Amino acid sequence: MDRRTAIAGVALAALTVYAVAVPMFAGVDDRVVDFSSARLAPSAQHPFGTDSAGRDLFVRSASAIGTSLLIAVACAALATVLGCVVGLAAGVWGGRVDRIVMRSTDAVNALPHLLLGIVIVAMFRGSVVAIVASIALTHWTQVARIVRSEILRLREREFVDAAILAGASRFHVATRHFVPAVLPQAMIAVVLLLPHAVWHESTLSFLGFGLPPHEPSLGTLLEEARSSLLLGSWWTLVFPAAILVVATLSVAVLGSALRARVTPVRPSELRL
Amino acid sequence: MGSVVVVADVDSRVVTVDRQADTKSRGIAAMVRRRLMLLVPVCGVVSLGLFAAAAVSPFDPLVGYLGTRYTTTTEADKASMTVALGLDRPWFVAYWQWLQGVVTGDLGQSRYYGQPVSQVLAERIPWTMLLAGVALSAAIAIAFTVGIASGIRAGGRLDRFVAAACVTVQGVPPFVLSLAAIAVFALGLGWLPVAGLSDGGSDPTLGGVLRHLLLPASVLALSQVPWLLLSVRESIASARGEDFVAGAVARGIPTAQITRRHIVPAALAPFVNVVGVRLPELVVGAVLVEEIFGWPGVAGSVVQSARDLDMPLLAVLTLGTTVAVMLGSLLADVLVVRLDPRVRADG
Repeated sequence: MDRRTAIAGVALAALTVYAVAVPMFAGVDDRVVDFSSARLAPSAQHPFGTDSAGRDLFVRSASAIGTSLLIAVACAALATVLGCVVGLAAGVWGGRVDRIVMRSTDAVNALPHLLLGIVIVAMFRGSVVAIVASIALTHWTQVARIVRSEILRLREREFVDAAILAGASRFHVATRHFVPAVLPQAMIAVVLLLPHAVWHESTLSFLGFGLPPHEPSLGTLLEEARSSLLLGSWWTLVFPAAILVVATLSVAVLGSALRARVTPVRPSELRL
Repeated sequence: MGSVVVVADVDSRVVTVDRQADTKSRGIAAMVRRRLMLLVPVCGVVSLGLFAAAAVSPFDPLVGYLGTRYTTTTEADKASMTVALGLDRPWFVAYWQWLQGVVTGDLGQSRYYGQPVSQVLAERIPWTMLLAGVALSAAIAIAFTVGIASGIRAGGRLDRFVAAACVTVQGVPPFVLSLAAIAVFALGLGWLPVAGLSDGGSDPTLGGVLRHLLLPASVLALSQVPWLLLSVRESIASARGEDFVAGAVARGIPTAQITRRHIVPAALAPFVNVVGVRLPELVVGAVLVEEIFGWPGVAGSVVQSARDLDMPLLAVLTLGTTVAVMLGSLLADVLVVRLDPRVRADG
């Protein structure tokens, strides 16, 4: 394990402890509004300061990490399942199905993701389901492509020929031979999708399409920072933004370290 | 790939090269045709899905239209408004009428701006072109020059610094970058205006617009640079190890000339490819940057029209962006095939 992966691991572990422990032991409800203590600068009592409704940002940021990461995991998992199903269908049937499926995948890929996300979430605003659906529906393409190419490679292998000669159905070969073989790739895809999902969730919430403003997520905290910033409350931006960046970067670094473990690639790619 | 070139026989060589160029052009033409044909079904599905989704949306477009007056308006007025705005039609009728309008050149009326959609577009597209054009040019210039400098000495001090900086910027969403830029340069240092196009509602002047353009364009450029730069650096670094570079060194060609004539051209095609692939992300960045900086372009209107479910405008913006992105990446792919003799048109 190199130093970079170790740092990312420590950072993510620290964030997790912070996100789990602080809301549990702080004894402060991060949704209670108290305008007499609005926009206080960081102090011993409020390490990250307070927002424009007097809510403690140290506690609120901790709950926000939990919300954002949970949504991100749901998005990444759903996108990966979708991508696996599409990729499997294309790889197993091949021929015309493959051509049509991959053409549509290209088409979805060519659309600007966020735009589609904004449209979907705007129609069903404020609901977690809409956020998850909008991110999953726009992010399965990469996974589908990886799974398909993996299956095209597997189809040439002897054990697949042996299974078919032994009379296995297409379904049996797909579920018993292809799915286990692409599972590691799928797991990596989930991890690599996480930072994107966090980004999208926070962006949608920031634009006011995602979670309602009182629900703490990294996006809603940053939306709140947008107006507080103009009144000079720099801390409303600095802490949530730093958490967002550290969380996404460390997950991305860990994800590519994981990918390097499972699939050796060119060293230059690993550095991304 | 390609036919064997018989160097000794000058005539046949000329013929072979010609034939190669010919198949290549035909390949490009076929690719362009295929991709243009893909454009129609994609637009059809996207617009159909948009209207269908709006129909099942629990959000009442009248809320968007009336704003706070929604609660004070009587039911009878609301009902007549619904009819006047055509909101009582079933979605497929609305879609069909919209489609007929678009085909005949009538894009409809934007509820949010209270103007014809075509007028909204005419007023706002130039500003988006200005912002995105300046940002993309800056991003390409920075990525190309710095990428070459760091890729030529891969592993050097500059290279390590640039790679680390790029990875860090990749982790920052464009909207956080925008907020940070406003916090530092507009609020902290007070060098540049926070948002808008001109100071305090005055008429935009050239200098004023440039001053207001600087911050959003820099943020948009910066948010795109890492991907482009890392790709240039990667192709430069790998081109350095190619046989044709070793051959050039062996022939005693000066280093500067090898860089200019052998290494950089090899990195050009992958770079154009990456610019094409990143186009959707440029659109995303433009939406966020325009929204945050109050830039009066079309990308920011996406957010407004989505917020109020202003369907005529939202549909045209979504489709227009889709078409623009698809045409842009097609252009990039054509350029890649033209630039790199090793690549053939296929998709």
